[in-house]
This record gives sequence, structure tokens and C-alpha cells, in this order.
Amino acid sequence: MFRLFKTLNRLALIKATIAAVLTIALVLIGSRNLQNFDPALIAYLIGTVFAIFGIAYRYSVWIQRPPTKLYWRRSMQFLFSKYFFPYLWRSTKLFFRNILFQRFIAYRSRTRWFGHFMLATGCLLAFAITVPLTFGWIHFVLKPGDETTYYALLFGFEAGSFSLGSPLAFIAFHGLVWCSVLVTIGAVMMMKRRFTDGGLIATQSFENDWLPLILLIAISVTGLGISYDYTFLEGKTYQFMAVTHAITVVLFLVWLPFGKFFHIYQRLAQLGANLYKTEGKRRGMATCPHTGKEFATQTHINDLKKVSKELGFNYDKEGGRNHMDLSPEGKRSALATAHLKARKEGGKLFG
Amino acid sequence: MPETNYDQEMAFFVDMQRCIGCHACEMACAECETNGQESMIHVNYVDREKSPQTTVQVCMHCEDPTCANVCPADAIHQDEFGVVHSANTSRCIGCSNCVLACPFGVPKKMEEAELMMKCNMCYDRTSAGKKPMCATVCPSQALFFGTKEEIERMRPDSEPVNSFLFGQQEVNTKVNVMMPKGTHQLIIP
Ligand code: HEM
Ligand code: SF4
Ligand code: SF4
Repeated sequence: MFRLFKTLNRLALIKATIAAVLTIALVLIGSRNLQNFDPALIAYLIGTVFAIFGIAYRYSVWIQRPPTKLYWRRSMQFLFSKYFFPYLWRSTKLFFRNILFQRFIAYRSRTRWFGHFMLATGCLLAFAITVPLTFGWIHFVLKPGDETTYYALLFGFEAGSFSLGSPLAFIAFHGLVWCSVLVTIGAVMMMKRRFTDGGLIATQSFENDWLPLILLIAISVTGLGISYDYTFLEGKTYQFMAVTHAITVVLFLVWLPFGKFFHIYQRLAQLGANLYKTEGKRRGMATCPHTGKEFATQTHINDLKKVSKELGFNYDKEGGRNHMDLSPEGKRSALATAHLKARKEGGKLFG
Repeated sequence: MPETNYDQEMAFFVDMQRCIGCHACEMACAECETNGQESMIHVNYVDREKSPQTTVQVCMHCEDPTCANVCPADAIHQDEFGVVHSANTSRCIGCSNCVLACPFGVPKKMEEAELMMKCNMCYDRTSAGKKPMCATVCPSQALFFGTKEEIERMRPDSEPVNSFLFGQQEVNTKVNVMMPKGTHQLIIP
């Protein structure tokens, strides 16, 4: 037990606990002391609180690594500088383009982007619908005397109403069905690549690459099953559908902090990396002493020298130089030059 | 990683003095399925104004890879055979830390795709017991993939070296560079 505590990361544990407690507090406030909480969703609630704990823990451990910490610190420093507004605007644009729409994947391949976009959009929309429902933040009620108008309660306050059978009701109650369809199409497209692409076949693994896709499809199919059941089977298979769906979703939530799905929130760092480059360019570029060309920002090179030392690498050379002052091409040439010299000294140029 | 037939008797031997700058390896590299038609190998003039010398560079698959250490996204993975893989496509945030930190100048950043890609020793081929594409086409054996006995027979006056000194930093690698007999380290001043 003692050993376990030693290997656990204390700072991360504290942050994760705060995140979990804060979530529970918001659930209590938002659902008016559980008045608006739907008891049928208890398994989902526990799963979500666990996921938030796990995500906060993993994220915190992750940003303690020297290179990650540096990016984190720099992103904050550059954002909250005198260029706050232009940088905020730029980051917001990129948030839509690269995070919500993941457009950069299209440069890897259009079908890859389309498949992922379907899968991610379905999943993000589903989060947006289910999380507030699970937490009791959104709750629908009928008022006595009026059997056809639904009132939506947001954090316990009335936030709107719609009549049964209206288009809004249709969207609200079938939103998750559309999400499942998007996720299934996306996941099947991604799966197809894994059957046919030689590079993926050689490097993929079951738990890191196949399981996430299988799990997403399982969640979608069992979710669609619930809807199919009450629409066409009059709820005859409800128990089975509801239980299998809950199991797959809870598995997903519990796994969210660890495996492939870590990238969903880890990728926000992409915005930081972009800001880092933009501000770095403004501060000035580094020129390679070998090629005489600009190849990176000077801030980046200076930071990397520091970070690599922290990680136990020291590329310092005689005369205050450092191997990292060279561009990639400069480094390749330096190696070839040293090799030619050694070959000349050895007397046989071609071995 | 899935089941493989990776042959640990086989190794990579590079002799950049033998590179004639023909770019055949570049064409072959683009055939490798793990990098989807993008060529990862580097062929460049060393000092174009003064000499026709060219050099060729594959990933050296460092024992303690600088690239993976400086990656803020934990996107670079070294497998049980010591092969250092190309960036994990869902994790890499395209920050270029690895591009700028690798002492051999190997990783490439695909700007638009926000992804680092690099040589992974043709893992689709080597994991099936085949040779990397580049080594199968190199006409001058600047790139050679085979057993230690084979290379000793071919180059009796040379020594495979897998230790490098960049200033203060020693880097040991899986890939060898052919050096004069009796050399133990290539020192890059
Ligand atoms: C909740 C939403 C998301 C889910 C369920 C999800 C799921 C997945 C899955 C299963 C894969 C692996 C596909 C495969 O190779 O077989 C993947 C890849 C990827 N994801 Fe996501 N993702 C989500 C959101 C995001 C977001 C918001 C981003 C932001 C940029 C993102 C970026 C990526 C990237 C870059 C890849 C690699 C794609 C490739 O190169 O083929 N994902 N995602
Ligand atoms: S040669 Fe460069 S890219 Fe290859 S493993 Fe070493 S540090 Fe990484
Ligand atoms: S470019 Fe990608 S693989 Fe390279 S250090 Fe940055 S995140 Fe890691």
C-alpha cells in the first residue's frame, strides 16, 4: 500500500480529486440537490465522475514532463502577453479549424479526414447531449393540465418549452440516434483502412488500434438498439439493450483517460504549438551555420537546448557551440564531413 | 505491436562515402507502405559549392532516442526490437521538437498535415523478414542490410561503428556506420 502511494503522483492526485469533487458539487447544484437527477443514469454518472478524475490525473502527470511543461508554460505566457487579442483570435479560429473540424487530417488523406470527422463529431455531440442530462443539468418536465408541452429546465431554471411532435422535439429526442449513425460510419471507414493499408497492418495492435473502434461501434449499435426497441418492439427488449449499452459506455468512460482516447483532450496542445511558432517567428529566426538558411525560431532552439539538458542530453560543443544550432541538413552534412575525414585518415575511402 | 517475423540477426550498415547521389533510395523509400508514398530518406550535397560529395541518412534508431525524449506528446515509440517508430498519428501535435533535436537530422515535419514522419526501417517489410526498400536498390552499397558476417566478408578493412559523439553527448544506435578498422566511435566536432 505504501509503495502504491509512492508511485502515485501526488500533485496529480490532488488535482484529480479537486476536479472530481468540483464535478460532484456542480451535479448537486445543477440538479437542485438531485431533484432533477434521473436515477436510471446513476451508472453513467459514476462512470463520468471516474473519467473526469482519470483525465485530470493523466493530464496532470503528462504536463509534468519537461517538454510538455515547457510548451504549457510558453503557451500561457505567449497568450497572456500584449498580443492577447490577436493571439486569442488566432487560437479561436484554429480551435474551430483544427480541433472541431480536424481539417489538418485532410492533408493526410481526404477519406481519413471524413471518417474521423464523422466519428469525432458524433462523439462530441453525444457528449454535449448526454453529459448535461447525466448531471441533471438539463431536465424535461410536463406541467399539470398540459400533456403536450415539454418544459426544459436548465440548472433548475425554466429555459424553454416545445410541444411534442414538433421538429425541435424530434431533434432533441433523436439527437443521439444521429450521433450513433455518424460514429458508426466514421468508425467503419477507419476500420476499413486497418484491413487494407499495409503500413497500418504492420504497425497496429489490437488494444491500441482495434479496440477503440470496436468499442465505439458497440456503443453506437447498442444505443441504436434502445431506440429501435422503443420505436418498433414496444420495449420488449429494453432491459437487454439498456444494460449492454450502459456496459459499453461505462467501459469507454473508464478507458477514456488511458488509451487512444487520450488524444481527444491532449490535442488541444496543438493550439499551443501553433502559438509558440507564431510568437517565435515574431521574436526572430535561427540561421544554420552550415546552410546559411533560416530553419526554425531561435526561441525554439534555445528552449530545446534547455529541455534536452533537463532530460539528460548535452549537445554542447567546444567554443560555446551546440549541435542543435545546426539545421537538420547541417547535421547530416556535419556527420558526412566527419565520416569523410575518418575515412581519409584510415587511408581507404570506400572501405 | 502485432506478431512479427523481425529477424534480429539482420542489421543495417551505412557507408555514406559510397553514396553517389543517385536518389534511387528516395524513389524506393516512397514505395514503403508505412509512410504512404512519402519518401523519408535524406540524400543531400554536403557542400555543393566545394565538392560533389553527397550523403545519405536513414534513422539510426538510437538506443535512447533524443527525438522520443523531447516529444511533448509521447508520440514516438521504441519497440522491443529497438526500432523507433514514426509518430503516432493521433498524438503528434506537429511541434517539430523531434525534427530539431535529432542529432542526425532525420525526422520530417509534414507542415499541412501537422504530423512528423520518419524512417521506421520499413517496418512493414522488416517485420516480415524482408530488407528495407532503400537497401535493396542502392547500387553502391552505401546502404546495406544483412548479417554481420556478410558485411565482414564484403568489407574486411572496415568496422561497423554504432557509437557517435556530438560534442559532449554520446549517442549509441541500432544502425551502424562503416568506419576504418579499429575505430570505435565517430566523433562529430
Ligand atoms: C470525441 C471525439 C473523438 C473520438 C471518439 C476520436 C477517436 C479517434 C479514433 C478511434 C482514432 C483512430 C482511428 C484509426 O486510426 O483507426 C482517432 C484518430 C485521430 N484523432 Fe480522434 N477522436 C476524437 C476527437 C478528436 C479531436 C477533437 C481531434 C483534434 C484534433 C482528433 C484528432 C485525431 C487525429 C489527428 C487522429 C489520427 C488520424 C489519422 O492520421 O488517420 N480526434 N481518433
Ligand atoms: S536518429 Fe533521430 S529520429 Fe532516429 S531514433 Fe535517433 S533521434 Fe530519433
Ligand atoms: S512533431 Fe510530433 S512526434 Fe515530433 S516531437 Fe512534436 S509531437 Fe512529438
